Amino acid sequence: MAEVTDLTAEVPGLDFEGWVCPVPLRDIPSIVMGHGGGGAMSGELIEHLFLPAYGSAAASDLGDSAVLTVGSGIRLAFSTDSFVVKPMFFPGGSIGDLAVNGTVNDLAMSGATPLFLSTAFILAEGTELSALGRIARALGRAAESAGVRLVTGDTKVVERASGDGVYINTSGIGVVPAGVDIHARRARPGDAVLVSGDIGVHGVAVMSCREGLEFGTTVESDTAPLHGLVADMLATGADLHVLRDPTRGGVSASLNEIARASDVGIELVERLLPVPPTVRDACSLLGLDPLQVANEGKLIAIVPAGDADQVLAAMRAHPLGRSACRVGRCVPDHAGMVVARTGLGGSRVIGLPIGEQLPRIC
Amino acid sequence: MKYLDEFSDPDLAKKLLDQIHAATTRKWAMMEVCGGQTHSIIRHGIDQLLPDGVEMIHGPGCPVCVTPLEIIDRALAIAARPGVIFCSFGDMLRVPGSSQDLFSVRSAGGDVRVVYSPLDALKLARENPDREVVFFGIGFETTAPANAMTVYQAERLGVRNFSLLVSHVLVPPAIAAIMESSTCRVQAFLAAGHVCSVMGTAEYPPLAQKYKVPIVVTGFEPLDILEGVRRTVVQLEAGRHEVENAYPRAVRDEGNVPAMEMLRDVFEVTDRTWRGIGAIPRSGWRLSGKYRAFDAEQRFDVMDIHTAESSLCRSGEVLQGLIKPHACDAFGKECTPRNPLGATMVSSEGACAAYYTHRRLELVDAK
Repeated sequence: MAEVTDLTAEVPGLDFEGWVCPVPLRDIPSIVMGHGGGGAMSGELIEHLFLPAYGSAAASDLGDSAVLTVGSGIRLAFSTDSFVVKPMFFPGGSIGDLAVNGTVNDLAMSGATPLFLSTAFILAEGTELSALGRIARALGRAAESAGVRLVTGDTKVVERASGDGVYINTSGIGVVPAGVDIHARRARPGDAVLVSGDIGVHGVAVMSCREGLEFGTTVESDTAPLHGLVADMLATGADLHVLRDPTRGGVSASLNEIARASDVGIELVERLLPVPPTVRDACSLLGLDPLQVANEGKLIAIVPAGDADQVLAAMRAHPLGRSACRVGRCVPDHAGMVVARTGLGGSRVIGLPIGEQLPRIC
Repeated sequence: MKYLDEFSDPDLAKKLLDQIHAATTRKWAMMEVCGGQTHSIIRHGIDQLLPDGVEMIHGPGCPVCVTPLEIIDRALAIAARPGVIFCSFGDMLRVPGSSQDLFSVRSAGGDVRVVYSPLDALKLARENPDREVVFFGIGFETTAPANAMTVYQAERLGVRNFSLLVSHVLVPPAIAAIMESSTCRVQAFLAAGHVCSVMGTAEYPPLAQKYKVPIVVTGFEPLDILEGVRRTVVQLEAGRHEVENAYPRAVRDEGNVPAMEMLRDVFEVTDRTWRGIGAIPRSGWRLSGKYRAFDAEQRFDVMDIHTAESSLCRSGEVLQGLIKPHACDAFGKECTPRNPLGATMVSSEGACAAYYTHRRLELVDAK
């Protein structure tokens, strides 16, 4: 971890002055868990440490995936993602499923057809081979199910004290069809905000076994590959402006990123948000906000209002979009901010999560 | 849980709001004591829907917010020690001490763990007999019974490697301290339903009589809060100052008798310092002599750690209802949830954090 601090000291041009408030890199000389939470701290680490350090070699904003034009106009989507989930097995899936579906979905959110994945394992000394076998089989099945080929890989082992179980990195390549232009900067005032189904399910499923909590019924992760659903949405001919899979940081983080990238306001209607009772109750018990809980098999779509009905119909016709619904719209007001109208008729700002969600004391 | 849906019903809420509007003929300022109620009010936009004449003042009822800096620094010192497993509720991890928080202690190698019950910490102590396990026992009368039960069990089972860092505070002395303040604007209180579910309502009639304020025991769902406000307005308009229970599904006048017996056995009343407010006599609990061996402050000899609050932070005035969070010059500038100067900005129940997170829109509009 010390390298991070050293890096900031050695690389010229790091500008801390633009930070709205003092940040962990300034105040805390090492990485804390919040830097990996997918919220503001993660974004600031990229913006103020990685990008300046990479200099002119950085080709983009280092988002979830990049669309690259090669040769005579072929557009490749390229994405990489690392998986460190604990526990490695949870109701509805395992780290093996996530390692495929997570990267497949990052590619799908640019409208790409995923084709090839790499798989890199970092294994802690002492990891049970039987557990590793189960994870590898789950990974293989998920790849078959998603129709992607596993074409290259790597394995490393770290000392028991340096790691805990199994970490997986997958990188993926897909092809973006001609005419498709899906990007976080394309949301426009008037656009409809759609979600493909119940939110917060994956996060609650993992929490329920990580923390030994019982919520009355078993909550199963919604991990699933979404490129088929995206293909059906594209087949309507609608101009999909933005797609995001709201993983770490949940719906809140994704919508905040879109609002800022497109410089639009987003207005949600809370009573329209598909929060299943188990998620709502778990969040209520723990003092968490379902909008900030991770999903693994859901997408958010920002589409022109005139296209919303046909896109919704296509989503609902797909097994992974049966509960799709419209939850809000983009507006010209409060640019860069997400605001929810509450069930009672008031309003509240939906902020970008900072780091990790913390259960409240009471 | 479906039962709770009825307590968020928008049609019923509208009826209650209409009654509140009809009953309100002049300006009133009432304080919701509990941070959970503050969170619910902001989360549901309830204060925007109340008449202009009804001002909600957010009280000192967030246990995270009122835990003194000194105790946080003692917690950090203990958590940084080798061989210690330091257990806490989640939202205490981000509370800033004078130079760091529990997250940064963990980042530096300290074994800091989030638990959901003090009994989880006791279980850890039994599973790790060669480690010292400390639980950060903060909170009001609501969280105290579980902490008392854990110490009682540790004693009964002979678990000597468990201890409690205690920072428990009590609501009634805080109400008295607020009312004694020369700058007090509070004319009525919504009392914290969960506190009363443990302690009952017996402590409140003397306060209502002495300070001539209505005190309405109130729950946490939107309709609970609206009903609490409605009853309070009716009393204020009629010039009455009585204790009412608007949360009968959870609160009995006599409270939870076995829990209170456990509290009397394990804890004893002591003076406590409240972050942002200062010392309030006989406003907290510490472990009683019988259980003093489980006191982490003494076991780890951290009693000599003394620290001062940030001079910029006006959380004390916020906690006493003297200013709204955004009236503080540091609000949203030097002080944000990312870099909280005071604990009211740390916990999502804290008044400053609730305003920053859910109210930025109207603050932006006002500029």
